[in-house]
Order: sequence, then C-alpha cells, then structure tokens
Amino acid sequence: MKTYIVIPAYNEEKKINIVLKNLNKAGYRNIIVVDDGSSDRTFEILKNTDVVSLRHIINRGQGAALKTGIDYAILHGADIIVTFDADGQFLVREIKEITKPIQVNDCDIVLGSRFLGKAVNIPFLKKVVLKLGVLVVFILYGIRITDSQCGFRAMSKVAAKKINLSADRMEHAADFFSEIKRTNLKYIEVPITVIYDNYTLKKGQSWTKSIELGFKMLLNKFAR
Amino acid sequence: MLTIIQITAVIFVTFAASRALLRAKDKKISIGELLFWLAVWSGLIFVVFFPTFTSYIAQIVGIGRGIDVIIYSSIGLIFYLIFRLYVKLEEMDHNITKVVREISLQKKK
Repeated sequence: MKTYIVIPAYNEEKKINIVLKNLNKAGYRNIIVVDDGSSDRTFEILKNTDVVSLRHIINRGQGAALKTGIDYAILHGADIIVTFDADGQFLVREIKEITKPIQVNDCDIVLGSRFLGKAVNIPFLKKVVLKLGVLVVFILYGIRITDSQCGFRAMSKVAAKKINLSADRMEHAADFFSEIKRTNLKYIEVPITVIYDNYTLKKGQSWTKSIELGFKMLLNKFAR
Repeated sequence: MLTIIQITAVIFVTFAASRALLRAKDKKISIGELLFWLAVWSGLIFVVFFPTFTSYIAQIVGIGRGIDVIIYSSIGLIFYLIFRLYVKLEEMDHNITKVVREISLQKKK
C-alpha cells in the first residue's frame, strides 16, 4: 500500500531537516511537506531535499496546510495518508503502529493519543486543557476519545476523500471529529509518544489560544 | 420648528441613504439590501419626527420608555449585523485558503 506522509510546516527551519532525515532513514519515500507561508528558511531547506514541497504563499493555518497536503496525496494515488508534525514531537517508528489498523482493514481513521500510556512528561496545564478538549468533543459530537488535539493520525484513501476539512486554523482537530461523526467512518485510537522539549513547548499552543479555540469550535458548531 | 436632533438626523440619513442608493446603482448591493437599509433609515427619520410613536410601541411591548425601545432594537440589529459580518468574513477566509491551495498545487504540477 502506498503510504504518504503529510507534514504541515510553519517556520520550522531548525527542526524540519532532522524530521526528514529520520523519515528517510526509516525508508519512507512519499513525503509531502506543506510550507505554510513560513517567513524563515523552511522552504529553501525543503527545496534541497527530495520530498514533495508545496508552498502556501501566505500563512493559512495548520488545518489549511494539512488539507493541501492531503489533496496532493489523494491526487497522486495514496492508499494511506499519515499526518505528522514538523517539529520532531512524534516518533517515526510509530508510523507503523498508526497505519497498521488501516492495513489490516480494521478501520478508516486512526487517531494518535498521548493519553494511552506512552507520552513523556506532559505539562500539567497542557493536560488540563487537553482533557477539557476531550469533554468538549464529547459534548459537541458525542465521540469518546482520550486526546483531542493530536496531530499524529492516519487515514485510508476512502476516509481522506470523504472527510472535508474546512477549518483553516487549529480548529482542524475539532473538524476531524465532526467529520468522523458526519461520515460515520470507523476510527480507533492508538497510543503514541509525544516528546516535550523546550523547542516544542515554546512553539506549542498557549492555553489562552486553546480557550479561543474552544470558543471557535462552539461558534462553528452553531453558525453553520 | 426643527430641533437639532431632527436636523442632524435628516442630514445623516440623506447621506447614508444616498450611499445605499449609489451602491445599489453600481450593483454592489442587492435590491433586498437596499430596501433593508432604506427601511432602517426611514425608520430613524420617523421616530425622530414622531417620538411619541415610540412610547406607543413601548406600551404595546411592555418596555418602560420609548427611547428604550429604540435602544433595545438598535442593539439587536447591531448584533445581527455583526453576526452576518462574522459569517461573511469566515467565508472570505475560506475562499482565500482555496486560492492559496490551488496556487501551491498548480506550481507543483
């Protein structure tokens, strides 16, 4: 099965190389990086690699970049699409685990969860916010999950075609759940590791952003 | 004898209504929108010249004073218009994303 790895990247000049090197070492060849209008050297770095590099001429948000990459993958005959982060938070060797349920035809969507045993030292406040997100997802969409904001996912071609991600910014996580609900696709969660170091913590979402996000989710739920 | 508020209202409404008419002439707003704005502005003129009418409405709906009716309905209208703007902006945002996406995919082909 042809597996594509889609990586949205925004100002990741420091980390993207290492991530791509690790993927390459593990034997992944179909890699799509969507540079979301970075103001640093991200795109120049990408041009010197053999990955597919797409560029948004202006910053449109992570959700938008993901969809661009997913669209490209579908156009080029992907069977499985994995979404991955550019900042080195996820482990390349876990891609196998996240794609497996699709390969054995168990389900259409696999969601990574840092709360199923593997994550290392999640900051307390982050934990609280993420768990609140879980509650909001359950209330809004009636879906039981353990991690509401994980960017490590896999989906089958069928799922990727059905799912319509319309949220441009970080609400895409919520978008995923509402689409799972709408399309009735079969999903499961698998444990994944999220590495928190100084870099990812500095880049990560602040809790004020998370509250803004929750508010947007509510608005989108009722304004459409 | 016109009061200052009446004069101000007439000047303002003349200006605002003429803008609406010009926009409609250029097809920037639809006939429906034009009618909406003309209704809003003529409503304003009406209550400025017949303030007792608002007291009458106030009595019917059970709000204390005439001026309160105006304030409540204005706030309601403003909220509605803000909501419309919000939806419109979101839509525009999505359209921009579509264009940006299309450009990035075209360039790669």
